[in-house]
Amino acid sequence: MNDDARAALDLDQSKYDFTTPEVSVYRSAKGLTRQTILDISAHKGEPEWMRDIRLRAYEVFLQKPMPRWGGDLSEMDFEAYTYYIKPTDKREDAWEDVPEDIRKTFDRLGVPEAERKFLAGVGAQFESEMVYHSIQEDLAKKGVIFLDTESGLREHPELFRKYFGTLVPPEDNKFAALNTACWSGGSFIYVPKGVKLDIPLQAYFRINSENMGQFERTIIIADEGADLHYIEGCTAPQYSTRSLHTGVIEIFVHKGAKVRYTTIQNWAHNIYNLVTQRAIAYEDATMEWVDGNMGSRLTMKYPSIYLAGEGARGNVLSIAFATSGQHQDAGTKIIHKAPNTSSTILSKSISRGTGRTSYRGLLKVAKGATGVKASVKCDALMLSETSRSDTYPTMEIDEDQVAIAHEATVGKISDDQIFYLMSRGLSEQDATAMIVQGFIEPFAKQMPMEYAIELNRLIQLEMEGSVG
Amino acid sequence: MRELALDIRDLRVGITNGDGTKEILKGIDLQVPKGEIHVIMGPNGSGKSTLANSLMGHPKYTVTGGAVGFFGEDLIAMKVHERARRGLFLAYQYPVEIPGVTLAHFLWNAHQVKVQAEQPEGKKDPKAVLAFRKRLNASLESLHMATDFSTRHLNVGASGGEKKRIEIAQMEVLGPRFVLMDEIDSGLDIDSTRVVARAINAMKGPDFTALIITHYPRILEYLQPDRVHVMAAGKVLCSRGMELARELEQKGYDWILKEYNAS
Repeated sequence: MNDDARAALDLDQSKYDFTTPEVSVYRSAKGLTRQTILDISAHKGEPEWMRDIRLRAYEVFLQKPMPRWGGDLSEMDFEAYTYYIKPTDKREDAWEDVPEDIRKTFDRLGVPEAERKFLAGVGAQFESEMVYHSIQEDLAKKGVIFLDTESGLREHPELFRKYFGTLVPPEDNKFAALNTACWSGGSFIYVPKGVKLDIPLQAYFRINSENMGQFERTIIIADEGADLHYIEGCTAPQYSTRSLHTGVIEIFVHKGAKVRYTTIQNWAHNIYNLVTQRAIAYEDATMEWVDGNMGSRLTMKYPSIYLAGEGARGNVLSIAFATSGQHQDAGTKIIHKAPNTSSTILSKSISRGTGRTSYRGLLKVAKGATGVKASVKCDALMLSETSRSDTYPTMEIDEDQVAIAHEATVGKISDDQIFYLMSRGLSEQDATAMIVQGFIEPFAKQMPMEYAIELNRLIQLEMEGSVG
Repeated sequence: MRELALDIRDLRVGITNGDGTKEILKGIDLQVPKGEIHVIMGPNGSGKSTLANSLMGHPKYTVTGGAVGFFGEDLIAMKVHERARRGLFLAYQYPVEIPGVTLAHFLWNAHQVKVQAEQPEGKKDPKAVLAFRKRLNASLESLHMATDFSTRHLNVGASGGEKKRIEIAQMEVLGPRFVLMDEIDSGLDIDSTRVVARAINAMKGPDFTALIITHYPRILEYLQPDRVHVMAAGKVLCSRGMELARELEQKGYDWILKEYNAS
């Protein structure tokens, strides 16, 4: 970071009363020990209970076996990773250190310089200070809490403790345990009763904090009748020197409330992206995951919804794009626990080169959950002979009075479609990209306009060199 | 002699599959001077659609011999999109459906590519997209189509007749200099045929050339073509004036096949 930028950041802190604690630059030694966890907790100045949860989670992490399903994790080496880096350290990485191909992609996407550095994890987005400030003021008036997770813990300890880890406890899976032990960064959001937010909350409004940390932890609470849309990530490639990303997201949708969580992640090709996303929807509440997965070496991610109250609704819309050397193992879990709950799942996957996509889903209807309506639709598009696509749908239906529809398609782009578009003047590559864009249109049209445009541009870039 | 828009010499085309190449076009000779409207008629299986698709460059067909000049250039050497950018347009017998892609989005991209090909140094006109929209809407209206077809997904859920008219709308917006029409009037009712014929007539002029494949003389009465060619068994049997189409309607193909020993 240059001096001007630093000055701007300092000015920002005093002017808008940021509460960033001054902690010296710190980077934990490689590998994970009990001491690492203690160090992380101490550096964050956390209460004891949080430290104890971290330690307990660490023990769980050690005991839990690696998942033997999903993607290939055999080359993961937990000893090789660094488990905690202070954000300040990270920001001093130089733009020049960002790999050439990622910088090029930023150029091609037409992302402005300052934003690029931010996206690449080498600087904060100073341009958004004013936007940030006015949005925060407006939110505060409504009683909305929108903080990074550390600040959430510090400023709202009781609320935080009431929810943290209740939906995704460390015992859930090895990576949830790892996240609970090492978590850092993420968003903490509370929207009070009856408050409906008409603009989406976006992670980048929280400047001066780590957005897409290695072990980010996000908690979203929509109180009764509240309505919010949260957007995380962006289509520009997420560059990281760290090759493991293990996030946990817990979302609580109270009676009559509505939450939509939109994310597009486009990780660098060396990343293991192993995320646990879970939501609980109470009576007449609605939860929607809109989930886009691109990049990474292996993604294992199954956004889940517990429909716990009568009349609750859950919708999941996802795309996965795998190119050579990538495996997107993604899907959805929906658990109908209450009567008259409904859910829809639409999953779209694209594989090209030697890329592999898997849809792994669970639809469960518990005994007593009568009048359930559910539909699952999985479409796979394979762009090459060497790509692979699998579907692993599981249904556990313990109740008779239910209406369930399931549909899965696997397709290729037809020569006739390519020929048709080319006969109007489009190159083979542009024709292919256009057909792929059409394939994901049901997803793209649910995105805010600027994200949809970025997504389409990204598909176009991904398609480059796809044809002879 | 007038400049030849299309100059086909001894064109041989086959389909390649596991059993080798099966020849479908067995030496086509056909010339279309610039500014003229020509027609191809002929019994089913005579190779008419193969000719149209191979002139556009469909990968299913392999050119095994002969040459095709397109305004003096070697058409066979060009890729499909290059043929389109040089001003060749094929109106399909069975237009394909492209889910998720709107007509307007697709056609705007095709239009931009064409503008770029024609004026590589040209400046971008910020109002171009508005002019394009206006033109597309005007075209749809003149074809008696709802303008919301522009925001519907390309050919998805459209009836046969609507698909044919969407082809004509694309032709009008892109303004090609040479149009191949593969049974554009098949499956159209009388009114639709008239609407389509009117659209083609409106494009007639010294810079518009067309080669129209049809089974029905009805559309030809509107179009008044300059030449009628009859194809059979992968060859052009004969080329005459409009009176040939009328004669074929009355008498069928047998007599002419016998006359040329092609039956």
